[in-house]
Amino acid sequence: MNALFGRLSWSELKLFETFTHGWSIDTLVAAGAAWAVVLGAVAVAGWLTWAGLWGRFWRDWLTSVDHKKIGIMYIVLGFVMMARGVAEGLVMRSHQATALGGGVLSEEHWAELFSTHGTIMIFFVAMPFITGFMNYLIPLQIGARDMAFPMLNQISLGLTATGAALTMISLVVGVFETGGWTAYPPFTGAAFDPGPGPDYWVWAIVLSGFGSMFSGINFAVTIYKMRAPGMTYMRMPVFTWTALCTSILLTFALPPLTVAGLMQALDRYLEFNFFTNDQGGNMMNYANLFWMFGHPEVYILVLPAYGIFSELTSTFAAKKLYGYESLVLATMSIAVISFAVWLHHFFTMGNSATVNVAFGIATMVIAVPTGVKVYVWMATLWGGRIRFTTPMYYMTGFFILFVVGGLSGIILANPAINWQVHNTQFIVAHFHNVLLPGLIFGIFAGIHIWFPKAFGFRLDERAGKITALLWIVGFCLTFLPLYVVGLMGYPRRSSAFDDPAFLPYMIVCLIGACMLAAAFTGLFVTLWISIRKRDELAVPMGDPWDGRTLEWATPAPPPHWNFAVIPHISERDAFAREKAEGRPYVLPERYVDIHLPPNTPAGMIVFVTTTAFGFAATWWIWWLAILAILVLVGWMIVHSFLDHPEVVIPAVEVRRATNVWIEAIELAGEGVTRDDEVSPKNRGYASTDMLVAS
Amino acid sequence: MSEQNVHPGMNLGYDGGEEEAEVKIFGFWAFVMSDLVTFGLVFAIFGTMAGSTAGGPGPEEVTDLTSVAIQTVLLLGSSFGFSWASLSMKYHPKSRWRTLGWLAVAATSALGFLVLEVVDFHHWTTIGAVPQRSGYLSALWALVGLHGLHVAGGLIWMAAMTGQILVFGLTDDIKSRVTRMGLYWHFLDVVWVGIFSMVFLAGVA
Amino acid sequence: MSARVCAAVAALALTAPLPLFAQEDTRGFLRPLGPIAELQRTELIWATILILLAILPVLLGVPYILWRYRRGNTKAKYRPQWEFNTKLEILMWGGPTLIVVALSIWLAQAVFRIDPYRTIEPEMAENMEFEMEGEPVTVDVIGLDWKWLFIYPEEGVASVGEMVLPVGRPVTLRLTTDTVMQSFMASGLSGQIYAMAGMVTQQNLIATRPGATLGTNTQYNGVGFAKQRAPVRAVDGDAYEAWLDEARDSDLALDDETYAILAQSGGLDRARSDLGVAGEGPVRFTLPAQSLFERVVARYMNGDAVAPEAQPGSPFYDPEAHVLPPAAEMTMEHDR
Repeated sequence: MNALFGRLSWSELKLFETFTHGWSIDTLVAAGAAWAVVLGAVAVAGWLTWAGLWGRFWRDWLTSVDHKKIGIMYIVLGFVMMARGVAEGLVMRSHQATALGGGVLSEEHWAELFSTHGTIMIFFVAMPFITGFMNYLIPLQIGARDMAFPMLNQISLGLTATGAALTMISLVVGVFETGGWTAYPPFTGAAFDPGPGPDYWVWAIVLSGFGSMFSGINFAVTIYKMRAPGMTYMRMPVFTWTALCTSILLTFALPPLTVAGLMQALDRYLEFNFFTNDQGGNMMNYANLFWMFGHPEVYILVLPAYGIFSELTSTFAAKKLYGYESLVLATMSIAVISFAVWLHHFFTMGNSATVNVAFGIATMVIAVPTGVKVYVWMATLWGGRIRFTTPMYYMTGFFILFVVGGLSGIILANPAINWQVHNTQFIVAHFHNVLLPGLIFGIFAGIHIWFPKAFGFRLDERAGKITALLWIVGFCLTFLPLYVVGLMGYPRRSSAFDDPAFLPYMIVCLIGACMLAAAFTGLFVTLWISIRKRDELAVPMGDPWDGRTLEWATPAPPPHWNFAVIPHISERDAFAREKAEGRPYVLPERYVDIHLPPNTPAGMIVFVTTTAFGFAATWWIWWLAILAILVLVGWMIVHSFLDHPEVVIPAVEVRRATNVWIEAIELAGEGVTRDDEVSPKNRGYASTDMLVAS
Repeated sequence: MSEQNVHPGMNLGYDGGEEEAEVKIFGFWAFVMSDLVTFGLVFAIFGTMAGSTAGGPGPEEVTDLTSVAIQTVLLLGSSFGFSWASLSMKYHPKSRWRTLGWLAVAATSALGFLVLEVVDFHHWTTIGAVPQRSGYLSALWALVGLHGLHVAGGLIWMAAMTGQILVFGLTDDIKSRVTRMGLYWHFLDVVWVGIFSMVFLAGVA
Repeated sequence: MSARVCAAVAALALTAPLPLFAQEDTRGFLRPLGPIAELQRTELIWATILILLAILPVLLGVPYILWRYRRGNTKAKYRPQWEFNTKLEILMWGGPTLIVVALSIWLAQAVFRIDPYRTIEPEMAENMEFEMEGEPVTVDVIGLDWKWLFIYPEEGVASVGEMVLPVGRPVTLRLTTDTVMQSFMASGLSGQIYAMAGMVTQQNLIATRPGATLGTNTQYNGVGFAKQRAPVRAVDGDAYEAWLDEARDSDLALDDETYAILAQSGGLDRARSDLGVAGEGPVRFTLPAQSLFERVVARYMNGDAVAPEAQPGSPFYDPEAHVLPPAAEMTMEHDR
């Protein structure tokens, strides 16, 4: 301990672990990961310097409050973290394939891997992905220019990045927490783990949790208050509905996590007794708090993906969504019931039979609206004209695999069976089964759908389809065998096993994991191919898929101000109707100046100060922690005294940009039919299938 | 939306300021609701730990009803003062000093509350009722401390607001901020009523 | 892909779950040794079948719909405006609701029937059609890092690394830990229940046929976690008595000092070497005092701080600092 560096010392640096701890696969993996982080950061910084892009990066991205750019940055953050999560998965599967009586990694390293993998995949991959999508789509779908609170939106991104940064720093300096992503005390308490692992975890979770809560408030207020005239609730796109439900969940489900995390911090730093073994501490409170967050969290993640699947089916079946009201009702029901089922994560805690039964039934009840959703999507496809684009591949994989996840979910809802399979690989199989097909497939399908909107060119279909198939097959091989070994009693988080019967399954899992790694690479190959062919794939007129919702009635990429004039909405899927009736793209009669919020460094200031605080608190560098808080609070006060003039886009400029776009559409004459959807003829002016029929 | 004055309590100008205020105040309500969940959870944890005194000081030892009663009066008084500040802001927008005066009353009263609370904290440490002693005391310190931190944060906010009123005067923007601050301030009162009755009164009943 | 490859893949996929039905006792509740695990297996099978009713329409319908309504198929009727059908709605909401109602009734029955806290009684034996006779057995289970300590208070013996139970007699397990939270599961006999320091949880079970299963910790508790598995053997009455007699002849007495050494982090091998016992495998002890389990629970409950040095499983643990409260001062809570 010293005043300047707290409990930090040179020996915590993992870069030279192979020299300090001796050569082994284990130290090689640890040091390699640390170097990957450092070199990755250096490479990005070096490239920005070499290309002279720092100024543009700062002006156009880091300080931008444009919801579209913030959305894209969230998704980029998600991919960066996913690279680590997938790599960790692959390393873990390699370990497990050699784990009959041992394994290539050390026990500590293994524990750190499953903990970081879970934490990262949930908080810094899944969360940024869905937040990114909601950011990008909500204002465009409801006809708004930006979020209700654009600066707060940027601050949320800053806080999420803080959490991600702390987990990345833990790869280079010190170790992360080792008790799983749930970090149950007392194992993570000061008596059993003095640190710094659980401290990294606490600050990564709590700080990014504030960001998520602010996002929730921001999105909910945006949807409640910023809808275009005529956009009544029952005219909102289904994605916006799911986003609204997720926002409400974010607002109310994050506090339990914050409370659990901060109480854990009080236990660790100030020797409070919330979750300790002795002196009246009670870890059961932690389990309750964590899952009061944790269960709604599942729906926070999966509901927007349901929204994407809803848009996807009706778009690629060229048909109205079947049962809009049912879908909305089902979404709302799921959101409400999700707060009443948390106890099913610990049927095994010795609750009374009545309590177990009540929560078991509540959990099963959620299966009803979820089942309705799946049927609704099937009915949407029924009577349609289905196009097998890449998103449809993901959708098919989702259909087949997600119901298997539902099957295991309902099995788990029965406490009598849960007592047997809780904490086994069966659980691991189950939640990967719902989160990968349910959430990640939805995200990737969504990326294929909306990437052309965001960047002006489509993604290559062939590469996209191969990637999708790799994801689907890789998923099956990696996770379905775990159901079997789980039923045979193989505990989760177990670094080794003695039963040779598990071995073949673990080898299949490893093959699957390699395929998933290839699939992940496939995403970047797809991107690379698409960038090279971007002229051929360009869809500047903005509607490559014969879309139905408002965002498709803008150019690709949309202008900073989204809409030349705020549209008046007269019905659900108004753009689809206009196209079917042959009267889309009407020029506005008059233009007015558009006022937009100015750029701000707020998000970066919050990111830097909170990251400094989290790091300092983890390593007991008190002066830095205090300084970081003072700078943050001081800046907030100073900021509130400054004048922030809005950016004004003159009406003339708006008119010019709009005319360029509309003229291009008029020049094109006829829209492209769905037969040529994936050919270079598709420039984003769609001729709809629905027109032919009506 | 701008046909009617949606926030008569603020008496804003009629140049579209209401619409912006409406969004911001609605957003702040959402934040308050989220914060209420936080307090609710800490209350719940306190409830489950009420019996976990582990042989250490219990409610009888830590409850000084006289002090708590004075604190309650001071905090309610602060809220009352803030109400007068809001009314002055509405009816006397020209005279910022009247609003500032009431804000000063609110701040002084709340400062008195905090001082007494710190005195209580100090008293607890002298009788060994430190949070390290038991689960009950951990929850007590966390709950009362969380509220105290909110009040302290509110005081910093109030100081900043005072500065802003001095610099900018009672503009629409400032009025909207003061209104949100008022929401926060009255909310803390409600929470304190919960603490007063459920932690202290129920503790010694 | 050729048809032969497809057939091979299908065959592999279908045979993959077969080991679940292999005749090996350590395969958990799919090879039950008693009525509770048997009921759990039955529940699993029937729940799966019932839920399949709900998901088969998806598994079969989706490929059919995708094929029939593919864009190239001009024969299928295109109905872009179709968005509602009352009968279909009733089916969509009603079907899953009926299945959930059926599963819920089932679930409630099963949970009340095999609630871990419910002692095994003759009435239960009658309902679930199994045989029971003889006195109930109490085994106190203490989770240590990374081994299970089984105490037979009525018999005056204890065992580390192995639990032996008599077939046909009802068993009450009382569980706690002297370290972080753990979860005990003897899968062939019953499900798992958490064990937490300062608290007592319960698991009632009965073996109706001889055999072996694994007593597993399923809650991660540190680097030795994977090794924390103890055989649980169900044997007939005579063999059980013989096993107890052997234990009573053990040279090792589980007094406070021995317990403090036993409690420190490490697997079974480490415990053997710490205690100076040669060989390998489970270790049996005589029990000088009956209330060891209660005192382990009480050490966290009597109000005194338990320093990390006195908490087994902590990196700071020192057996010298481990103090158990005297039996007289116990304040135990047996409630849930």
